[in-house]
Amino acid sequence: MQALLRSRLFWVAAIFLVAASFLPLWVSGYILGLLTIAYYFGVFSMSWDLLFGYAGEVNFGPTFLIGIGAYTAGILDNLYQPPLALCIAAGAVAAVIGGVVLALPALRVRGPYFGLTTVVAVLILQNLIVVFAGLTGGEIGLTVPDILSIDAGTNYYIALGFMVVSGLILFALANSSFGLILQAGGQDPVEAGALGFNVAKYKLAAFIVSAFFSGLAGALLVFYMGTASVGTLIDVAVGVQVIIGAILGGRRTIVGPALGAIFLIAAGELLRPLGELSTFVVSLVALGVVLFVPGGLLGLLLREERHA
Amino acid sequence: MTGTSSTHLAVRGLTKRFGGLVAAKEIGFDLKGGEILGLIGPNGSGKSTVMKLIMGIERPTAGSVDLDGVEMAGWPSYKVARNGVGLVFQHSRPLHRQTMLENIKLALLPDSLFKLIPDPSIDRRAREIGERVGLGPVLDRRPGTLPFADLRRLELAKAIARDPKVVLVDEPFAGLTSQEVAVFSDLIRSFRDEGKAVLLVDHNVKSVSALVDRVFAMYLGERIAEGSAESVMRDETVRRVYLGAGSIEIASRPEPAAREGAAPLLSVEGASVLYGKAQALQQVSIHVNQGEFVSVVGLNGAGKTTLFNAISGLVPYSGRIRFNGEDLTGRSAAAIARAGIVQCPETRELFGDMTVRENLDLGGQHMPRQESEKQLAWLFELFPILKSRQGQLARTLSGGEQQMLTIARALMMKPKLLILDEPTLGLAPIILELLSKALETLRQTTPITVLLGEQNVTFALPHADRVYVLNHARITWEGPPERFAAEAGEGYI
Repeated sequence: MQALLRSRLFWVAAIFLVAASFLPLWVSGYILGLLTIAYYFGVFSMSWDLLFGYAGEVNFGPTFLIGIGAYTAGILDNLYQPPLALCIAAGAVAAVIGGVVLALPALRVRGPYFGLTTVVAVLILQNLIVVFAGLTGGEIGLTVPDILSIDAGTNYYIALGFMVVSGLILFALANSSFGLILQAGGQDPVEAGALGFNVAKYKLAAFIVSAFFSGLAGALLVFYMGTASVGTLIDVAVGVQVIIGAILGGRRTIVGPALGAIFLIAAGELLRPLGELSTFVVSLVALGVVLFVPGGLLGLLLREERHA
Repeated sequence: MTGTSSTHLAVRGLTKRFGGLVAAKEIGFDLKGGEILGLIGPNGSGKSTVMKLIMGIERPTAGSVDLDGVEMAGWPSYKVARNGVGLVFQHSRPLHRQTMLENIKLALLPDSLFKLIPDPSIDRRAREIGERVGLGPVLDRRPGTLPFADLRRLELAKAIARDPKVVLVDEPFAGLTSQEVAVFSDLIRSFRDEGKAVLLVDHNVKSVSALVDRVFAMYLGERIAEGSAESVMRDETVRRVYLGAGSIEIASRPEPAAREGAAPLLSVEGASVLYGKAQALQQVSIHVNQGEFVSVVGLNGAGKTTLFNAISGLVPYSGRIRFNGEDLTGRSAAAIARAGIVQCPETRELFGDMTVRENLDLGGQHMPRQESEKQLAWLFELFPILKSRQGQLARTLSGGEQQMLTIARALMMKPKLLILDEPTLGLAPIILELLSKALETLRQTTPITVLLGEQNVTFALPHADRVYVLNHARITWEGPPERFAAEAGEGYI
């Protein structure tokens, strides 16, 4: 049954990848650009799933980590123009530091209280960016002098490749011994402790990994778009989109959240003719999934298989 | 197995305070390899606290926990576990997406962030352990599809996997059938035979007497007796805690509530309740007549709370419950409460951040102001202490005052049937006396109908017109309180 389950997951991923790889041959640059952004959001949602689905920590502030990565990379490029790789690496490192900062309250307070600290973290970051407008561009946004590539196809493949590699690493981690212990600690920390596991250590590691990929994706996204702004990267609404994507796709699956995030962005675009109503329809679908299919779309798919 | 008989766990002066409450007071005992010690005490006696202090789940206020010369008091539980202590949890919460085998493997993993791929030998070890506890045929299934006893086996398997020197077992037999009890007893004996030190935590001596070498009995956080199972069962203090002092005084009512001919106010017919896979209540039938005071006595875990929750409509059940001749099936808990069945739950459920007065006013919310004020005045007469505490936040009251407030709040609703679930839980003897007097006043001066659930027989019997004994989810005895000691008292300790 386990092998079968894996295989269905494998086929879903494989079909998606083949389709995604050949897509640039058929579709317009506009759609490629949209998907490029969607793939980065896929990484955001997967990183979030490691914390929520496995470590059992509800992080309402994924954009705190994303924003730190993005702005660190962007500001560095603006000030000194070092090689892009260095900017991106610096963004990831800064996000990891942010992840540790975010993890500290998680090890002290539980449940809704931790959730609140993460929201506050986002608001503080947002505030700092506005206050230090000289450095960050403030409310207008930050424009960076360098970009990854001017070719839509190249940008698309960078994003796809990055998502696939991140996904593989996160999926492998989640299904390793580390992932098993992390889940045990997330579901019953007392029992995990009595089994000899230092739960805090695993949670801290999960925060670091989640922050690393969030920050990396945030930095790459900045150099794809050429700009960074509070509205597109840090606002609580952006964080909510990352979370809904993860839940929609199926928490505790890693693969599901990536698909969910992409679906969310694609659906928003497809429904654009509806105008203002499109957001409403997408939200309604998301609400329906949360209420009636808490396992998410991928969970639904895998559950059918379990019955088969 | 690497267990050696040289293991020596020495507990000295172990104390735990929660605010003003002393949950464990200067507890001390020795436990050697190849020995089974029973740690017993009624609910709220502090036995679970002692277990948690040893495991490092709670930090002791004072005292020492020494295993083979290593002082562990105050360590976090993962360090205690690595030093050779294992805990078999009563309530298992396995990983539901993983198979039973993977759940056992979890316990075999090293505490390392970087060992991502488990050692191949772990798979073989996990299978061996699974076979040993009798999970062989179901190792590849998921926990959600298996019966309760198998989940308990999984907890044992996980403890075995850590190969601890000291095994703490929390209520080893709760929710198991007698056949399963035999199998589990054998498994626990095999721990002893391997030279492990075993601590069984349970409510009464009887359930573990066949297994233990020695018993350590606790009450209200303190040691009350220690020795062989027989000597502890004979011990005066233990008998008083479980059965009450010597002869139980039974007060009869001025006008005995014998209205046997009339239809009972409450009748429960063949009620059964399942919690997942654990049978919490099995074909229980009781009735309470108008104006009667009925006590249901039973040890913790016997099913008292479940029975009351079924009556109050808080848990789904099979069977039939009738109140005033009307079938309660399908009624909501709120509708049942409005119909006149008011429960004082074991957990009290006071609104802690509201004042005493606000809690009481909430109870009287449905009545006209005048009437509720009259009721309030009467209650202040019954519980004078509450009058002087009116403005105080409920959570800052002492345990006894909280219990009085719980009962008073229920009485504000002018119940037709008052259900009291373990009102004595964790209360000191002096408070019990106050509470007991209040109940007696209530019984003598009002026509109230009461259904009381208690493990403290001393408290339950004096007021009762009739008594039921609930044991392992079933009613095993019914009769007048005078006959209880002779007919049902034995085997209750």
